Amino acid sequence: MTRPIAIMLTINAEPVTAMVESRLSLADFLRHQLRLTGTHVGCETGSCGACLVMQDGRVIHGCLTLAVQADGSAIQTIEGLSESGAIADLQAAFHERNALQCGFCTPGVLMTAQELLQLEGVPSREEIRDALSGNYCRCTGYQAIVDSIETTAQRRAVGEAEQPA
Amino acid sequence: MKAGDVAYFRAQSVSDAVAAFRSCEGDARYLAGGQSLLAAMNLRLLTPDLLIDIAHIDALRGIERRGGEIRIGALTRHAEILSSPIIASHVPLLAAAAPWVAHPAIRNKGTIGGSIAFADPASEFPAVALALNARIELDNGDSVRFVEAQDFFLDLYETAAEPGEILSAVWFPVATPDQRCTFDELARRRGDYAIVGVAIVADFSGEIVDRIRIVFFSVGSTPVRALRAEAALTGTALVDTDIELAQQALAGDLSPSDDVQVSAATRMHLASVLLRRQLGKLPVPTPKAVRA
Ligand SMILES: Cc1cc2nc3c(=O)[nH]c(=O)nc-3n(C[C@H](O)[C@H](O)[C@H](O)COP(=O)(O)OP(=O)(O)OC[C@H]3O[C@@H](n4cnc5c(N)ncnc54)[C@H](O)[C@@H]3O)c2cc1C
Ligand code: FES
Ligand code: FES
Repeated sequence: MTRPIAIMLTINAEPVTAMVESRLSLADFLRHQLRLTGTHVGCETGSCGACLVMQDGRVIHGCLTLAVQADGSAIQTIEGLSESGAIADLQAAFHERNALQCGFCTPGVLMTAQELLQLEGVPSREEIRDALSGNYCRCTGYQAIVDSIETTAQRRAVGEAEQPA
Repeated sequence: MKAGDVAYFRAQSVSDAVAAFRSCEGDARYLAGGQSLLAAMNLRLLTPDLLIDIAHIDALRGIERRGGEIRIGALTRHAEILSSPIIASHVPLLAAAAPWVAHPAIRNKGTIGGSIAFADPASEFPAVALALNARIELDNGDSVRFVEAQDFFLDLYETAAEPGEILSAVWFPVATPDQRCTFDELARRRGDYAIVGVAIVADFSGEIVDRIRIVFFSVGSTPVRALRAEAALTGTALVDTDIELAQQALAGDLSPSDDVQVSAATRMHLASVLLRRQLGKLPVPTPKAVRA
């Protein structure tokens, strides 16, 4: 077996140092070594979107990134986004609209939604669906997910208009 | 599934990377965005002994104009192509293709160098490179050479790059004012690889087509130029009868095979439909005074 490699990164704003096998995916590193199990693993080929995390502010697949490639970067997982309150409104909208059933896809869907909502303007339903093209949900049929993201976008736009930065 | 055991080396320069490639006794692979390579490794379709991470080599970055061309560094991510104003105004065909490449998270990591080097026959960027006959810049650590796109894509996942050569950049010609282009594809789900797709670029004199290049992808082992259809359209004003002739000519240009998604006949039919639709959409140049 090849020798483990030392990596240093921040995860949810906390510095982390670890030894990892080079073949270990970032998703498995988060789940197995750090016990951050909010990041899910489904297909391991980039198709389902269950494993999405943020690396330096951009949403990426934890299954198509090696832990060694994350060395030196800043990772945000669903635990981090959730605990910081950054997506509290999005989570509330999902809750109100019943936009999850089993919840397996939800962390990845929230990651996609958060990145989309950080862009300027209120996205159209078409744009929301397009952004979700890499997220499989086997339960909801997407309608409620699109509704919740749309509602959050509208609420955030109103919030910004009321208190200009 | 999980990837097999593999060694990892992070290269700081092209010569560093090539040296690591040369000194590896087993199967070494360059790792850029990893969006094709790691997926293939997780499926155990590929089991390299060494991954040489080239993602930290600054010389492979950047989008800039150099004379009549736009040089796009190999590490330029699909998402950067999508948002680059330089590409939107000077390489509009590439900008038009970018939204069709994979899903947002894959576009955040996948690179143009990886896409061209991997040469997946269902990929959008190789088709665009062929349509515009881009120049592929290859660096072996000692010297740099260029291969035109029309000589680069040799066979299924096979290119003119020598073992160990790094694809360092892709050079696209700047679009001229009389040039028009269009891009479209048919896929089962947005972001999935195309069942069939087409990239078209045409130079006009007034309403007449001076030159046209039509490239289909996902119809064979490489992107394919539809030379007979191009010939049928050159010198025409793209009226319905011209387009019909081009559709008929297409049968001599493409020879798709069956696969798990669709039959060869269906693919051929879809290619013909796509050709008609896209030629109809090719915006006819308007005089500058009217455009302003
Ligand atoms: C679910 C899914 C859907 C996708 N859909 C599409 C799609 O619709 N269209 C599409 O075009 N692509 C699609 N892709 C692939 C994606 O665009 C990849 O990013 C791209 O094909 C490869 O780029 P990369 O930087 O990730 O390369 P990597 O995966 O890092 O490398 C791919 C191969 O190219 C070699 N390589 C990479 N860079 C260089 C270089 N600079 N010089 C020499 N060799 C190099 C590597 O050694 C490897 O063999 C999809 C991928 C996934 C997982
Ligand atoms: S587990 Fe990563 S996309 Fe499915
Ligand atoms: S809620 Fe079950 S997969 Fe989406």
